[in-house]
Amino acid sequence: MPLWTLFGLQQGKASTSWPKSGDDGQGGVLGMPRFAPELCQSGCEECVNACLPGAITFAGADGGARLKVDYGRCVVCQMCVEVCPTGAFTSSSDWAFGVRSREDLLWAQAQTSAEGERLSKEIRRVFGRSLHVRHVDAGSCNGCESELQALNNPFYNLHRLGVFFTPSPRFADLLLVTGPITYAMRGPLREAYLAMPEPRFVMAVGTCAVSGGTNGGGYACQDGLDADLGVDIYLPGCPPNPAAIIHALLMLVGRMSQRVRGGRLPGPENDGSKGPGASGV
Amino acid sequence: MTRVLLEDVAPFELQRRCQMAVDAGDRLQMVYAWYPPPSNEPELRYLVRANAGRSLIIWRCRPNGYAVPSLAPIAPLLSWHEREVTDLCGVHFEDSPQPDPLVLLPGAHAASPPLSPGEKPALNYVPEQSRIPEVAGPSEQDVQLLPFGPIRADVVESAQFKFLYIGEAILHYHPQLFFKHRGMEKRFEGLTPELGSVLAERVSAVGGVAHALAYCQALEVAAGCEPPPRARWLRVLLAELERLYNHLHYLGHLSHTTTLKVGEAEGKLLEERLKQVNSMVSGSRFLRSLLVPGGLRREPALADLEAALARLTMPIQRYGQMLEASTTHLDRLITTGVLDRKLAFDQGATGPIERASGLDRDLRRDQPYAAYDELPVQVAVREAGDAHARQQVRIAEIDQSLDLVRRVLQGLPDGPIRADYAPVALSEGLGWAESPRGTLYYAVHTSYDGRLARVKIKSPSFSNWRAFPFTVHDSNMMDYAINEASFGLTIAGCDR
Repeated sequence: MPLWTLFGLQQGKASTSWPKSGDDGQGGVLGMPRFAPELCQSGCEECVNACLPGAITFAGADGGARLKVDYGRCVVCQMCVEVCPTGAFTSSSDWAFGVRSREDLLWAQAQTSAEGERLSKEIRRVFGRSLHVRHVDAGSCNGCESELQALNNPFYNLHRLGVFFTPSPRFADLLLVTGPITYAMRGPLREAYLAMPEPRFVMAVGTCAVSGGTNGGGYACQDGLDADLGVDIYLPGCPPNPAAIIHALLMLVGRMSQRVRGGRLPGPENDGSKGPGASGV
Repeated sequence: MTRVLLEDVAPFELQRRCQMAVDAGDRLQMVYAWYPPPSNEPELRYLVRANAGRSLIIWRCRPNGYAVPSLAPIAPLLSWHEREVTDLCGVHFEDSPQPDPLVLLPGAHAASPPLSPGEKPALNYVPEQSRIPEVAGPSEQDVQLLPFGPIRADVVESAQFKFLYIGEAILHYHPQLFFKHRGMEKRFEGLTPELGSVLAERVSAVGGVAHALAYCQALEVAAGCEPPPRARWLRVLLAELERLYNHLHYLGHLSHTTTLKVGEAEGKLLEERLKQVNSMVSGSRFLRSLLVPGGLRREPALADLEAALARLTMPIQRYGQMLEASTTHLDRLITTGVLDRKLAFDQGATGPIERASGLDRDLRRDQPYAAYDELPVQVAVREAGDAHARQQVRIAEIDQSLDLVRRVLQGLPDGPIRADYAPVALSEGLGWAESPRGTLYYAVHTSYDGRLARVKIKSPSFSNWRAFPFTVHDSNMMDYAINEASFGLTIAGCDR
């Protein structure tokens, strides 16, 4: 019989110390494509037709070239990057897309959300720095579950950050929902929410839970969580990687700050610090 | 090259043909319905894998108003398929041994069959209790019912498990699945074939490569398109990288259920390392956004792959050896959840599950696709049919996958990675892949404009969930979690 304990000790520490320092483990991961409207060609519809979840649409009915980009619907499939003839969409490693307000996922000129800042202070006052999470799968493709399970592997080791998954909603501060909400999971989801003590918070994880994504709608699904519960944090991504989930969880308790405003992460030119998910690592 | 034959079979001939097939040792793979234009009358398609030769036979059956007999009494694995056809396409099967709805939850009603042409309104749903069979033997007051789920402890997929038990002994087990039914097959309708591959990757994320691969191959057959050699070799590489991280997750999770804590940590750490390799290669931890009908969308980044795998090979192999030498772990696996060979065959178990029950089947060898004809696979088979055999099969497959990736990197041909692909109107094709969990089939039909008219997915977990309860009845509560983990099932793939 192998000496597992000794083996484990000899292996040393496998956990990253990110976000304090060190490797976030997402080398090479492609995130939301960046959009440069000044490069966009008038009369071209390639990206609109290639976007399965409808994240790229025309803003006006006047047939102009004004595109509306909703990162809350983006499934990071990179199709727009491939079909764009002028390079208006480019691949990036921008994945830290957790936001407090759904509007922050719409590409727009800079804007700020004062309400979000107020809420963040309130959450911090209530919870200190720890968090107990009840996860509910409301019809995901299991990609989000795979990444949520990865949070407890030795590399991310979520416990080191004081965040715990709890079996009972009675002990949970946060309801973390994945999937577009199927007709069958709508009721159990609501029951889980009502069983939680107040104050309670809700996070929509993955593009499906944020907007329905590619899988929502149809005869069996809603288009995300918005219709049922008030959402405190939206985290699009297909699926959001473990570091993006950690960022969003720590954002909720005020230990990291929201990076996306108006559908954009701050660029290196106007942001000296190397933030999570904003750099090529 | 696997031959696919199409035969017309009248409803009254079905039973005789099915009996002949079963007697010959053929295995039925699935039945599905679709609505061919212009009549839009439902048409049934049975897929049979012949025991002799390497051929697949499709029975096309047009009911035209005649009653269709249930074939489940002859080939039990068809039971779930028939119930799904009834739920989603409205075709009824006469004398079905279990005529209850399957995909639609008790209390869910559709105004018209959800898969019939046209966009459908949301299902009408007022939850009801599902019917539990009466358990013979002990008096009713002594039997307890434990409904567990659909929201269960830990980060897991949603499903409800019902146990009828006395003390530790489980008398009867009923998994109520399909809480996650999203109507994925309907979501394909009307899409262009290129965009359909994005959706196929999102049916079951941890089998995304296999799903996209089977999907792309089905459309390539329909259009008579042959992807270039380099693309076919790279598809093998992606499929084996997917198998690696899945099997390592499996071993980590199995160790979790036997409370081998360091073993769990090591398995999940190795899975994480593999996922990081995946993102280096493809830009996605799930190897997404590469497969498309005709080949690959772009070149994967292979520069560092050989070195990365060389670093991981020793720890991965050592891990498997340590698990196989851990008596406390093996004590919980040996004789747990035995699925015997006949049951595995009759109920349609697939992949590592059937191979652990002595059935020597693997699509990579038996119906080679991509470049598996040039990269032969040694199929791992065990006879015991218990949880330990299922672990052993997966450990052996990890070795095989590491070897396959090395062989691909050594012999990878140069050249283009994408052939010209033009969708063909009113065409159909069948594609398959041996996913980490077993046989996966995609049947596609295109419409007048070359867009997708019908996509049927036969997922491995759908087959294995059907077989799994037979290993739970008459077992005990203590072994349940271990047994379930040893099957390595997904729910998203089953529910679709």
